[in-house]
Amino acid sequence: MLKTFTRGGIHPPEEKLSAHTSIQSLPLPAIAIIPVAQHLGAPAKIEINKGDVVKTGQLIARGDGFVSANVHASVSGKVVKIEDVTDVSGYRKPAVIIEVSGDDWLESIIRNEYLDSEIKLTGEEILARITESGIVGLGGATFPSQVKMTIPRGKKVDCLVINGVECEPYLTADHRLMIEKGAEILVGIELLKRAMNVNVAHIGIENNKPDAIRLMHNLVMSHKGIEVHALKIKYPQGAEKQLIKAILNREVPSGGLPVDVGVVAFNVGTVFAIYEAIQKNKPLFERIVTVTGKSLRQPANYKVRIGTPVSLLIQCAGGLPDNTGKIICGGPMMGKTLINADVPIVKGSSGILIIPSGESNRKPVQPCVRCAKCVSVCPMGLEPYLLMPLSEQKIYDRLETEHVMDCMECGSCSYICPANRPLLDFIRLGKLQVGKIIRSRK
Amino acid sequence: MSILYTIVSLSLLGAVSALVLYFVAQKFKVFEDPRIDLVEAELPAANCGGCGYAGCRNLAETMVKAETLEGLYCPVGGNAVMARIAAVLGRDAVAREARIAVLRCNGTCEFRPRINQYDGVSSCVMVSALYGGETGCSYGCLGCGDCVAVCSFDALHMDPFTGLPVVDDMKCTACGSCVKTCPKNLFELRKRWKGEKKIYVACMNKDRGAIAGKNCKVACIGCSKCFKVCPHEAITINNYLAFIDSDKCKLCRKCVTECPTNSIIEFGFPIKKVISESSSLSTQLNQKEE
Repeated sequence: MLKTFTRGGIHPPEEKLSAHTSIQSLPLPAIAIIPVAQHLGAPAKIEINKGDVVKTGQLIARGDGFVSANVHASVSGKVVKIEDVTDVSGYRKPAVIIEVSGDDWLESIIRNEYLDSEIKLTGEEILARITESGIVGLGGATFPSQVKMTIPRGKKVDCLVINGVECEPYLTADHRLMIEKGAEILVGIELLKRAMNVNVAHIGIENNKPDAIRLMHNLVMSHKGIEVHALKIKYPQGAEKQLIKAILNREVPSGGLPVDVGVVAFNVGTVFAIYEAIQKNKPLFERIVTVTGKSLRQPANYKVRIGTPVSLLIQCAGGLPDNTGKIICGGPMMGKTLINADVPIVKGSSGILIIPSGESNRKPVQPCVRCAKCVSVCPMGLEPYLLMPLSEQKIYDRLETEHVMDCMECGSCSYICPANRPLLDFIRLGKLQVGKIIRSRK
Repeated sequence: MSILYTIVSLSLLGAVSALVLYFVAQKFKVFEDPRIDLVEAELPAANCGGCGYAGCRNLAETMVKAETLEGLYCPVGGNAVMARIAAVLGRDAVAREARIAVLRCNGTCEFRPRINQYDGVSSCVMVSALYGGETGCSYGCLGCGDCVAVCSFDALHMDPFTGLPVVDDMKCTACGSCVKTCPKNLFELRKRWKGEKKIYVACMNKDRGAIAGKNCKVACIGCSKCFKVCPHEAITINNYLAFIDSDKCKLCRKCVTECPTNSIIEFGFPIKKVISESSSLSTQLNQKEE
């Protein structure tokens, strides 16, 4: 019996089209657009000027405040503009625009593929290097890693959870990363164990990646305190609270964080970025992105520099199909539709998904039939059918007592609803308003 | 004989119940100022919440309790109603200038082309939570009509040709519901002139001139021409956006002719000039900026 979380969950068609295509390096773009707000929290402060010549890996914006992250140049060249550019959020945000010339890396970065498993730094030094390298959660939430690693006073962490679940349909970036860089990920985990003074780490991988599970199983033989768990295929197992429940059977309390049950969770992509930051001295300026879609000619996994326009990725994957309805950044469940293909790849972009126009349209909304399917699939144990009208009618106090803030916007309710009701749309709106009310109370 | 029993027993029962009811009513009596009813009768009973209180009754209670009428004002009833309420309560009346809501966006389908298509729930607050909207301008009207839905006075209607809401000057009471509802803060309550004359900057775009002009032909590009020409110091420019203070403006109309993108619009004036070829001007400007 495979492990999984107990409450709710769905199993959408997996569609892992690019699972067996190895990671390729994408050619450099002609112009890189690097937004300075790529993470949760305060946007980074730009530290360069128009006309400056930057090297790959050079710091261009420093994290401003506690919850923020540094941003580095992903290409070498001349800064031609610093202006507001429409990013994944659909709003104009400040960005640094670099005209690419050559690929001139900072000398301090070690540019080889050699596996360096010797840990020389102390815990504090590792944490400082992670802060300096601008590492954020690469699973999609883009929460600055150093903040996650700073344990609040009075709390104790006894194990790490490493997320190799990749429960979103279509996406295969983490899967390929585990197969091709498994040994590096394990060194990354050792680094995290050292930095956080923890001896145990659990890697969770869904059972639709048997090759990755086998490989990681073989690799962990030589590491002490790291365990690989094969998990039942169920969405949203990649959400940290569900993953912790699945692997450790610990339940994060309502409104709490994983640290409340002594766990900190990291994505395998983040762990690999941490390995590179510490052992290769390479800041976070590239990531693995899956470019996929049923209508796309060559679904693939690319190693992409941050700031590369989405159009270049689509071009390399065989060009934009004629009948494209939507281009989605992220997976089909939680991803966001892009307003055009000039939007740059940021630290949180795990995939680019092309949906044909027939599939992308919303179906007509019908009245709720009280079938309670949304209740049975909600992984947080909420009642979406109730939250939607509460949000529609602006009954925010009741929404709060119904724990709307626990919703993680996985979209299982909207997916399962036979009446095609836009449950998540309204719940998200309700969360926004209730969040405002809660903040105004402080 | 039996009818007598019935009459007596029922009368007794009635008398006892009346006694009980009387004492209970005395015991649980709640004193309510009779003036609250009088004040409420004067209020328009629209329950729109424009005063900031939960309906007319709530405002009446607050007015009776408060020492002065300072800060308490029914925008729907206006000065006439406030004067009558002041007479009921024997206090000084608070007079305010009449106001009217205007939409500070003129980004019609013609001036501001759609660059993407939204197919989610038709609600402005929902769209604005998701992204910048169907056009390149993320400050302008989203056109889903949240304001129309919230207006209690039927003073707002969607124009199907422009895709923008239109304020009915005769019906607008300046209650401010639309101001609170619009997620883009496009409504402003401005001074109401005789003959419904209006001059205002119909734009909220805070982008740089080149970007604003590219996305909308009638966007304010922050060129400061109006600022320089205004003889009454009514115009301020912040974040590449002009704002005309309706309390300082004297309706001299100098800024209207000066505006290169026609983002300052006037209403209710006799036709003086032929509206200059707006599109060609703004395209010239775009080329220059680029």
